[in-house]
Amino acid sequence: MALERSDVEKIAHLARLGLNEAEIPRTTDTLNSILGLVDAMQAVDTDGIEPLAHPLEATQRLRPDAVTEANHRDDYQAIAPAVENGLYLVPKVIE
Amino acid sequence: MQWETVIGLEIHAQLATRSKIFSASATTFGAEPNTQASLVDLGMPGVLPVLNEEAVRMAVTFGLAIEAEIGRRNVFARKNYFYPDLPKGYQTSQMDHPVVGKGFLDITLDDGTVKRIGITRAHLEEDAGKSLHEDFQGMSGIDLNRAGTPLLEIVSEPDIRSAKEAVAYVKAIHALVRYLGICDGNMAEGSLRCDCNVSVRPKGQEAFGTRAEIKNVNSFRFIEKAINHEVQRQIELIEDGGKVVQETRLYDPNKDETRSMRSKEEANDYRYFPCPDLLPVVIEDAFLDTVRASLPELPTEKRERFQSQFGLSAYDASVLSASREMADYFEQVQQACGDAKLAANWVMVELSSLLNREGLEIEQSPVSAGQLGGMILRIKDDTISGKIAKMVFEALAAGEGASADEIIEKKGLKQVTDAGAIEAMLDEVLAANAEQVDQYRAADEAKRGKMFGFFVGQAMKASKGKANPGQVNQLLKKKLEG
Repeated sequence: MALERSDVEKIAHLARLGLNEAEIPRTTDTLNSILGLVDAMQAVDTDGIEPLAHPLEATQRLRPDAVTEANHRDDYQAIAPAVENGLYLVPKVIE
Repeated sequence: MQWETVIGLEIHAQLATRSKIFSASATTFGAEPNTQASLVDLGMPGVLPVLNEEAVRMAVTFGLAIEAEIGRRNVFARKNYFYPDLPKGYQTSQMDHPVVGKGFLDITLDDGTVKRIGITRAHLEEDAGKSLHEDFQGMSGIDLNRAGTPLLEIVSEPDIRSAKEAVAYVKAIHALVRYLGICDGNMAEGSLRCDCNVSVRPKGQEAFGTRAEIKNVNSFRFIEKAINHEVQRQIELIEDGGKVVQETRLYDPNKDETRSMRSKEEANDYRYFPCPDLLPVVIEDAFLDTVRASLPELPTEKRERFQSQFGLSAYDASVLSASREMADYFEQVQQACGDAKLAANWVMVELSSLLNREGLEIEQSPVSAGQLGGMILRIKDDTISGKIAKMVFEALAAGEGASADEIIEKKGLKQVTDAGAIEAMLDEVLAANAEQVDQYRAADEAKRGKMFGFFVGQAMKASKGKANPGQVNQLLKKKLEG
């Protein structure tokens, strides 16, 4: 399957990437060559092989339910562009 | 045309863990903004999630309670979308391999019939933060305290056919998660939230109509109103020749209407993929056995036991088993007084009205189960009448004594059962109302009933309610007619 320009524009929008006119065809080509590799892998016979959720042959370790994080708000907010009353401020997101 | 409503619900229950699902920050509600948001919750580069065992245990508990298949090897996935209260740019959730598979919940409808609602799945995921859109000079304020709070998303089959059924189902889920102790169920604080998928179809048609999803409805009453409104909107739209579009809508309780939020076709491309930061979660046999052994008695089991063990009516049993706290209270009263029917009546009538009046939950009751049970014992052994008991109950509620016995003693409320004393008191009452006595004796049988009531009233008043009512009736009849 090959991506069209419109597919790339849509994906870029979903990923909030601002691609300029020169980047769109280049990105389309790059993505299509990646998809070419995927097509090659798809052609391999995988009958009887269990789908892989993670490349490591291990299972998730679980953590006991304990609160060990202290409040470091001031440190974390020191690098934020804008804060007020303890809130992070961002460009308005509601229409 | 006759229309049929089809509803499926997605319920988000915040799990009552102390720490978050992937970080060791606290989950306490109402803390100062961003004081419970760690580097993991903020989505800083280089951090890794570590899964909270308790969240997994709670999800499995729920799965066992709805007799679901448990995902013995469940997998976390990333659901990608952009919103500032989701700092990582994706929500860690579960897609193809949820922790809880297909199960069901039986609900009881108003007419007493039982309906089975299928539960498609329930999966673990993280909550987002909160966005505040007012008062920041054209900017939005973001509080990430809630980001990473564990959620169990419970997805029902489209088995629900009316707003009333939807409410009954949500109430049953609400009671269940509270019984299991996995969610506090506080809808006002957002601990339990409901998305309603609503569609209509001509009666008899098999294919579903196009559905609209009403997001984040946060009370039982609003669920019923929002669905009823949406059903009406869709029927009118179709009958006017229009078409329902698949979209997300918001319910506005002030205007009692739903309005379009965003078109789902456009926004629905979440590009799920397995989360590389988290390994598959394997539920071992031993873990499952431990959880199964810790399951409490469930609401349906309790309701059936209340009927069979105590001989309560189906209605009483369902009211008393509605919450675990209510059921525990009732059983303690029953144990203290040994009379399930009296215990049920007092809990459902006097105690409930007291709690309503004071705006209290049963666990905050000013009258303890032991105190109420002790008071009922005094009704049973004729120390006090039911009427005096109400006074004793109010006194207990007002904290005027530690026990019914103390209040009865202090206020001198002990019922008079001494026949001689009652007769002497009746003689005085009759002497003071000689005219009425003559009228009574002259009246015919039909009129006497009402007049007799007058004397009983006077006698009870004279005894300040303390005379045994049965004895008063009996002795008074003898005196008036003898």
